Amino acid sequence: MIRDILAKTFSTGHLTAEPQRSEPFDEPGCEVDPPASAGASLSSRKRGTRLGTGLSRRAFVQLLGTGLLITVTEGVSVARQFGGRGSRESATVAARLHINQDGTITVMTGKVEEGQGPRAQLTQAAAEELRVAVDRIRLIMADTDLVPDDGITAGSRTTPYTVPAVRQGAATARELLTRLAAKRWNVDSSTLDVHNGTITHRETKQTISYADLAKSKDVAEAFKQTVPVDVTLTPVSQWEVLGTPVPRPNSRDLVTGAHRFPSDIVRPNMLYGKVLRPPSYGATLESIDLSEAQAMKDVVVVRDGQFVGCAAPSSFRAGQALEAVAKTASWKTSPHPSSKEIFSYLKEHARAGRPNTRGSVETGLAEASKVLSETYEVAYIQHTPMEPRAAVAEWKDGNLTVWTGIDWPQRAQRDLASTFQIPTERVRAIVPDMGSGFGGKHSGEAAEEAARLAKAAGRPVAVHWTRAEEFTWAYFRPAAVIECRAGLDAKGSIIAWEFTNINAGGAAIDTPYNIANTRIQSVSSDSPLRQGAYRCLAATANNFARESFMDELAAAAGADPLAFRLAHLENPRIRTVLETVAKHFDWSTRRKKVTAEIGVGLACGTEKNSCVAACVQVGIDRKRGEIKVHEVCEAFECGPIQNPANLLSQVQGCIIMGLGGALREEMEFENGKILNASFARYLVPRFKDVPKIDIHLINKSDIPSAGGGETPIIAIAPAIANAVFAATGVRIRSMPIRGGQPALRATPAGAGAAKASP
Amino acid sequence: MDVTVTFTVNGQEKTITSDPQRPLLDVLREELHLTGTKYGCGEGRCGACTVLMDGQRVLSCVTPVAQADKQRITTIEGLATGGSLHPVQEAFLAEGAMQCGYCTPGMILTCVALLAKNPKPTDEEIAEEMNVNLCRCNGYVKILNAVRRAAEKMQR
Ligand code: FES
Ligand code: FES
Repeated sequence: MIRDILAKTFSTGHLTAEPQRSEPFDEPGCEVDPPASAGASLSSRKRGTRLGTGLSRRAFVQLLGTGLLITVTEGVSVARQFGGRGSRESATVAARLHINQDGTITVMTGKVEEGQGPRAQLTQAAAEELRVAVDRIRLIMADTDLVPDDGITAGSRTTPYTVPAVRQGAATARELLTRLAAKRWNVDSSTLDVHNGTITHRETKQTISYADLAKSKDVAEAFKQTVPVDVTLTPVSQWEVLGTPVPRPNSRDLVTGAHRFPSDIVRPNMLYGKVLRPPSYGATLESIDLSEAQAMKDVVVVRDGQFVGCAAPSSFRAGQALEAVAKTASWKTSPHPSSKEIFSYLKEHARAGRPNTRGSVETGLAEASKVLSETYEVAYIQHTPMEPRAAVAEWKDGNLTVWTGIDWPQRAQRDLASTFQIPTERVRAIVPDMGSGFGGKHSGEAAEEAARLAKAAGRPVAVHWTRAEEFTWAYFRPAAVIECRAGLDAKGSIIAWEFTNINAGGAAIDTPYNIANTRIQSVSSDSPLRQGAYRCLAATANNFARESFMDELAAAAGADPLAFRLAHLENPRIRTVLETVAKHFDWSTRRKKVTAEIGVGLACGTEKNSCVAACVQVGIDRKRGEIKVHEVCEAFECGPIQNPANLLSQVQGCIIMGLGGALREEMEFENGKILNASFARYLVPRFKDVPKIDIHLINKSDIPSAGGGETPIIAIAPAIANAVFAATGVRIRSMPIRGGQPALRATPAGAGAAKASP
Repeated sequence: MDVTVTFTVNGQEKTITSDPQRPLLDVLREELHLTGTKYGCGEGRCGACTVLMDGQRVLSCVTPVAQADKQRITTIEGLATGGSLHPVQEAFLAEGAMQCGYCTPGMILTCVALLAKNPKPTDEEIAEEMNVNLCRCNGYVKILNAVRRAAEKMQR
């Protein structure tokens, strides 16, 4: 409802200088590679020249019929003051929140909701500091006309950066309101209490509500002040709203079908668009005949360089029109490596790296009594968000509005402005709560395609990618080749460690283990597939290799995998999760019960300031070599838990999602075509794959909270590989850990490798 | 050649003139603007497009609209009656069984159909029946809890 009202914004403008922009991604690993072979629609993009001046816009919002006009953003400069990270620089209180006269409070954030729970968490953050119940907060997310730029929703950054930014804004507002009440009553503000949105003078019991205070002009004036970063926030021990299992505020709309996801947006007079895709990566369009489609009733056909698309009153009709043009297209194809040779390809094309070194690996290796050297491989996988890319674009008087599923509305705004060579302020990007992303929606292809078609059609156009398009033309989690070498001394301690990740990136690449001599590097390569962020980035690949290799070293040292890790581990937080999970899983007892059919394995890791450890039990069908994960026990710690119900969902989701990448998911491609671009051939986890899951969330209250939607995924694959080894003695050094391999089918004499070691 | 198809959706009679091969999903979403029914794959592999046709679960993305002629269709928008939610919807809310929520309408309708024919399903039967429905947020644990809760509540 509030959105409807807010949609009625209007704008006036004046010319102002606009600073040159070059916002990078929040996180280097989040960078989506340029779409070298990513499809016709993108290849025709021209980067617009930077505009020295642009229209700055004031957006005014009429809220809930209170008759009150407030300035939400005073030109982009206010929104920009938040910067990419959302909390480091000051912004005005008014840019962050507004007290409505009906007692509700509107809070604004540039973050998007795609299932990781920021809507609940940021609502809690504001409620906590304002001392109100959560149902008093209305959170507006991800609308460039209304919200500050809080940076991209990625990298588990909402919890450590945006939650504090919202809390600072809310705490400042509470202090300002308290001061205004004190002034009104001519008392000292330290004599006042705030509870449930009402300020009370302790002595006289005199009260005034936020809503009543908000009627005065003083509030609007006071809220123009910037949020001081040193404002006192409520300590964890006094949290009343944070730390509780607040449900997602709009969940009722999710069970009734009332919520409008990006693909559900309908505008008056809207057409549905389809875009022509090349038959293979790198193919370029040589000729095409549009006439048959152009002759179809109510169909708009657009060709702009490599971009060809059709729009029609229904998707079905648009699809028919596209088929008509597609059959006339002739393409020039170019060679493309296949997934069968991908790992040697990545190795051959690896560039030089800049290793991080500690001590001397050469000396360590020379002194070692045993040296192990192994290579691990990780396949490309796809995020397959439940809702494929979708957008609606509408042009009006030279202004462009898009509704789309992207992790950063301001990026969509900037990219569209650049593509269409219009000032940023003429573009409004709105991201309705969307159907998942997992790092896969950092780019706004559908919005650009919809905008092109809408411009040509002179009507709003929706573009909804099909599943096959999402599989093929979105980007992938990078494949990796990881080379590991380590030396053990006579006592079985690691004294040298060398670790090189080719192509996937440097997330969690440093070893958390205590090793004197290390050389660690991430090197890039020429990825034949377009690659980008995926839940926890390269931490999954790096942790898979490291934790598998740790197991190999433990076996070489004749040590128990748990004891071996603990012997090399100082970090108390990782030790705690590891010890917790081992205790609940009953590691030492179950380790002794390993058979050729039943294995147990463990792994741990740290990333994004959180720690995880997992124990798993797998069953191996020795006739067919199939691997079934029976049980996962995981402990996770990310500081003070802000919403235990949501955190539990995230950990459950990461564990099960992790099973997919661990056991089955991999992109197969040949001659520039994806061979398994469907759920029939690319097997993601389903109900029947869900193992017994036992989760232990550790609430550590003496450090700042970290995000919890990513790191819980990184321990799953190595724990499984280690469990498979324990049962079979077969070490599988690839993700996915493919079942059905011949080695797993045989029952080696005396299998149950774990029995051989202590 | 277009055909004319008549069916009831959530109790209301609708007449549509359309290519007979057009998916029911498209007709619901684009003609009737019942966007609670979702597209996830278009090939019968994810369950996001689940609707009920005469009480049976149907994947509307692989159902040509001609097949809906004279049928009684229920979409997620038609499940609540007079402002009060269906017990399955209540159960999903009570368990917080959604992350992004995109799979939720399909999950709920599959659950409604399941409980109609098997009011006391075992966990294995639930997993078997709901295996078509994908949740890419992988919220299966809470969804399973919601189905159990709904089953229990509907017994009483
Ligand atoms: S959209 Fe119908 S089953 Fe996936
Ligand atoms: S809740 Fe996101 S797909 Fe199920």
